[in-house]
Amino acid sequence: MEKATFTAKSGLAQMLKGGVIMDVVTPEHARIAEAAGACAVMALERVPSDIRRDGGVARMSDPDLIEGIKKAVTIPVMAKARIGHFVEAQILQALGVDYIDESEVLTPADDNFHIYKHDFDVPFVCGARNLGEALRRIGEGAAMIRSKGEAGTGNIVEAVRHLREITGGIKKLQAMPKEELMSEARDMGAPYDLVLQVAETGRLPVVLFCAGGIATPADAALVMQLGAEGTFGGSGIFKSDDPASRGKAIVEATTHYRDANILADVSRGIGEPMKGLEMGSIPEAELLAVRGW
Amino acid sequence: MSTIGVLALQGAFAEHINKLNSLGVDAREVRMPADLEGLAGLIIPGGESTAIGKLIDRFNLREPIVSMAGSGKPLWGTCAGMILMGREVDADTRGPAQPLLGLMDLTTRRNAFGSQVDSFETELDMPVVSSERLPAVFIRAPVVSSVGDAVKILSQLPDGRIVAVQQGNLVATAFHPELTQVTDFHAWFVSLT
Repeated sequence: MEKATFTAKSGLAQMLKGGVIMDVVTPEHARIAEAAGACAVMALERVPSDIRRDGGVARMSDPDLIEGIKKAVTIPVMAKARIGHFVEAQILQALGVDYIDESEVLTPADDNFHIYKHDFDVPFVCGARNLGEALRRIGEGAAMIRSKGEAGTGNIVEAVRHLREITGGIKKLQAMPKEELMSEARDMGAPYDLVLQVAETGRLPVVLFCAGGIATPADAALVMQLGAEGTFGGSGIFKSDDPASRGKAIVEATTHYRDANILADVSRGIGEPMKGLEMGSIPEAELLAVRGW
Repeated sequence: MSTIGVLALQGAFAEHINKLNSLGVDAREVRMPADLEGLAGLIIPGGESTAIGKLIDRFNLREPIVSMAGSGKPLWGTCAGMILMGREVDADTRGPAQPLLGLMDLTTRRNAFGSQVDSFETELDMPVVSSERLPAVFIRAPVVSSVGDAVKILSQLPDGRIVAVQQGNLVATAFHPELTQVTDFHAWFVSLT
């Protein structure tokens, strides 16, 4: 019997597919998320839109908060560590979280390097804006990738762009003659073995979710049709009028993402979505997605 | 040629479909009651049992799945699928208002090995499937904590915990053959149709 193999780590992400991972800040939120049909929750102190509003340094959550949320639900509990902050990750592993998100939503602890994730028994999910970034994170040991989008905006445009960058990058590799792949790996800044693997299989070696800006059932179905294998619901759920109804509707839309009749049905009567931010209104220094090296 | 359905509400349904296709067996995603028509068998995959259970009820799949099981066609639940097929879940591990299909006379214990860091790979004996030891992946896996008389135990871990069971046309495994390289489990399930 062998624990914490890469198959076991990436396997949990495979079990989350077709589901919605919801940001929660209290045990009560976590229970609402579980009742809405979330496949996992992300325990954090502030949802991204509040981090954006409050400013300051955003760090790993208080262990008491994470344990309170773990006790409140039976589904997997994820938590965020700052980019490069391997001690926060050690603490989260000691707390028994099921997945660590090395996240650009928190303030980076290292502006050159990410965590060496193969050293850990707990699996990691990391954000990516394009295929090169995704493969660098997988090279470091990430067992799941999420396209970044721009967290806390309720605006799907960046999520769509990043997802298309990743899936388009995969299609480009598939179409390339073998002799071009080494130079392409150099230009993408991605490990050559992973580039070869993607060119051959036509998919990432790990599960790909979409995050950052999903605010409606239609947003969730859009990114699923664009090739995401599941969705993250952050501020878009708990900053809306009616999180329980909207959360449930986003779960149902993630399952039935190709059925427009069901999407029409679940989009009714769920209250107002979060207001959202237009990308041009965000000062460049406050963009989160650019964090990641 | 007969088609096997894989419940595709949430979880690792694509992996089961790939295994079936690699055996030359037709497979279909099942999201709505109409998708069950004409199937020779059904797999309920791993995923989150609370999420899948809610979606079964929300999209009116309970009655047709129960009637399919009653008709004698084979059904196989893996991990979350095993929990859903059981009659009961140990109270301290059951989700609030967690829906179950209650097809098999067994009680499961969710997350029986601990949290994700305790997930593991191993090899186990399952003589009905193969005379060789078979690879198995356990991810936040349940175990069968008690069984009724009609349930046959197909595999146990060295410590005696029950991880595969059969009750007539119904099969449940706590682990994930669909995440391994072997097709033996799927070939055996197809042979039941």
